Amino acid sequence: MFRLLASTGITSLLIFYCFGEVSAQDAQPSDDEVNTIAKQLYCPVCENVPLDVCGTKACAQWRDDISDKLADGWNEEQIKQYFSDRYGIRVLAHPPTQGFNMLFWLLPPVSIIIAWFLVLRTNHNIFRKKHMYKQSIAKQVRAEEYIGQLENDLEQWR
Amino acid sequence: MMLALLCAIYAATVSLSVARSDRLKWVDSARNAAIAVWPLLTFACFCMTYLLINERFEIEYVARVSSHAMPWYLKATALWGGQAGSLLFWAWLMSTYTALVMLRNWHNERDMQPFVIASTMTTLAFFIGLNVFVENPFTKLWIDQSGHIQASFLAPPGAKPFVPNDGQGLNPLLRHPGMIIHPPMLYLGFVGFVVPYSFAIAALAIGRTDNLWIRVTRRWTLIAWLFLSLGLLLGSRWAYDVLGWGGYWGWDPVEIAAFMPWLTGTAFLHSVMIQEKLGMFKRWNMILIILTYALVIFGTFLTRSGVLSSVHAFALSAIGPLFFVFIGITFTISLTLLFKGWNRLDSENILTSWLSREGLFLLNNLLFMGILLACFWGVIYPIISELVTGQKVTVGPPFYERTTGPQFAALLLLMGIAPLTAWRVTTARRLGKIIWKPTVFSLIFPVYALTTGTTNAVALLSLWLAAFVLCVTLYEFYRGASARRKATGGNLLSSLWNMIARNRRRYGGYVIHLGVIFMAVGIIGIEMFQAETQGTLAYGEQINIENYVMIYNKIEEFDTEDNRRVTRAIVSVYKDDKFVAELYPRRDFYVDSQQPMTIPGLYSTLEGDFYVLLVDWKPIGTESATFKIYLNPLMNWLWFGGFIFILGTLVAAWPNRGPSLYRQSTSLSVNPPDIVL
Repeated sequence: MFRLLASTGITSLLIFYCFGEVSAQDAQPSDDEVNTIAKQLYCPVCENVPLDVCGTKACAQWRDDISDKLADGWNEEQIKQYFSDRYGIRVLAHPPTQGFNMLFWLLPPVSIIIAWFLVLRTNHNIFRKKHMYKQSIAKQVRAEEYIGQLENDLEQWR
Repeated sequence: MMLALLCAIYAATVSLSVARSDRLKWVDSARNAAIAVWPLLTFACFCMTYLLINERFEIEYVARVSSHAMPWYLKATALWGGQAGSLLFWAWLMSTYTALVMLRNWHNERDMQPFVIASTMTTLAFFIGLNVFVENPFTKLWIDQSGHIQASFLAPPGAKPFVPNDGQGLNPLLRHPGMIIHPPMLYLGFVGFVVPYSFAIAALAIGRTDNLWIRVTRRWTLIAWLFLSLGLLLGSRWAYDVLGWGGYWGWDPVEIAAFMPWLTGTAFLHSVMIQEKLGMFKRWNMILIILTYALVIFGTFLTRSGVLSSVHAFALSAIGPLFFVFIGITFTISLTLLFKGWNRLDSENILTSWLSREGLFLLNNLLFMGILLACFWGVIYPIISELVTGQKVTVGPPFYERTTGPQFAALLLLMGIAPLTAWRVTTARRLGKIIWKPTVFSLIFPVYALTTGTTNAVALLSLWLAAFVLCVTLYEFYRGASARRKATGGNLLSSLWNMIARNRRRYGGYVIHLGVIFMAVGIIGIEMFQAETQGTLAYGEQINIENYVMIYNKIEEFDTEDNRRVTRAIVSVYKDDKFVAELYPRRDFYVDSQQPMTIPGLYSTLEGDFYVLLVDWKPIGTESATFKIYLNPLMNWLWFGGFIFILGTLVAAWPNRGPSLYRQSTSLSVNPPDIVL
């Protein structure tokens, strides 16, 4: 009986150890999973170099941190929030859409829309100018006559 | 340099003071002074290069950018490897441009000459002044009695000359063949735009409203644009080969600083055609060239002031505020002149239809300005945010890709339609009649991509756009050559050749469009189909990415003569189970500057690039290393497109044979109407 209990216990321990080891290995994220998040972050020292390709030791440490947090079950947003809270919003690939930074997101599209509107507004009446169209066709004909005359002139020069 | 500065100031002052009089001798004197700047700066550059090659480390600049271990050609090119030297080089290149401009025949533009001299020489005097008073490359090193080393042009009291045993050496990132040629090309592009700007300012100052300044500067503008494009392309190639991140363009602030004048310059090159043909957009062309000049100075300011950090930027410097003041003054003067002449620059024609060449060119210009706005905003926003909220922010590629991507796509579409439209007006029926054949043919490409498994709608649309523009452009060549063959006989190839030779400007432009299409194909490939993976391997282990397999063979370490400690991995690459290449990704550690550099192993075909980086490794013996692999589809099309692009620019800029006879005959003929087909 004791033998049975002992062997069962040892087997259970072995199985637990093996499965535990396997599940721990499974939980360890791959480099690609780490880089998916790392490429969206920038360390404060290596400005304009994304974390996934930065070769400094500090950035390697950050990648290890991401790996650990993924292993602990954190998701992408939580990890980005963690780095942002700790080191400031400059670690994010772009400013968040809140507060003063709303200006960052709104100004380009608004300016472009206004510019297009102004240009279209300035030239809005072109569709009404049918006479211009006819005039321009007439000018086109004159231009062809002009080219013919020019060709003749050139022929004479040759 | 002091003499050059005096000459530049003399030329600017004298030419301005006699600008509105007919004292031509003084104008000639100013012109001679402007020309004299070139040999003086050439001598200064020669001296600096001599000091660099001969390792004269008592000169602070030499000690900072040169070292014993560097080969002679890198020592020579270290002239533009640091702030002070590159400013001198910048000034020298600009003096070369201005000397060439001054040596031209001014017979027809005598009234513009004083203002051109004043404008170019003011800019040049500013740069030489920076070199003389703030960033002097000839500053020497001195050691005082307390052992303190300082740099100054003249000996401080009680100090003795100090000569270091060795220099710090050039930044490792700059020790690359691409870096030898990239900065000169970029600078040539930058300084080249000073010429059309100066003519524009001269035209404004004397109140000329004709197209003379555009005709005179067309080739100068094209040359500046050619060099700027070449500089951007070489910079991309350098980034791809040296920066070790698998890409060619990182939307880095300094990259964008060089890209912004290119955008306005490109818009300008399109827009001036409308002024030449129809006398429209005169004000807009002035705005564009003023903006281009301002962006050139602004880009130089961004790179050199230290306000932005970048792999391309120089260290924090005192020249920032001076640049800021100079930009402010020149921009204010330019705008004042523009507004004073605003009414005179009225259009000779009005826009009669959006479906006309000029209508589509206007839309093209709007798109370029939209892209410029996004770029400018992305670059300056971190500075604004820090000033207003005290918070630093990063503006990375996602912002630029989202804001500029659709606009680039719209530009591609216009590139396909605009060449088929006529000046003044085109009917939808006429356009449809010309366009339907290339449109139908272009659909083959996305359909083929769809059948091979591409389901990404954006990628399919982008591919169709590129294919559409390609078909339209080739169709235009075919139509022109066929018409010429019918008219003159001969075969299609000789007709094509003669057609291009007779209208280099137009067909050079189409060749540039072809280059852009191929580049777009490369960009679509890497941006939409790039794959990457990373893994740690022991000897003999493999890593898979799509249909490639890479086997890690071994790693080796060795020192080189130029003081590098190289760690090099040897890997074998298999594609579809067939051996294709042995690659050597490596990490170079520069001992003198304590800086590492990651050099990729690259297997490159027209289909795509297999790009492998050695990310990390364990000491020899433990035999494991981490690799990062990128598959960059169609990447070579980007470089091939760049080559075609440059070729097209050369075709467009090449002088026509016998222009004087043509001009004479047309001038003797009837008065031309306001449309020239």
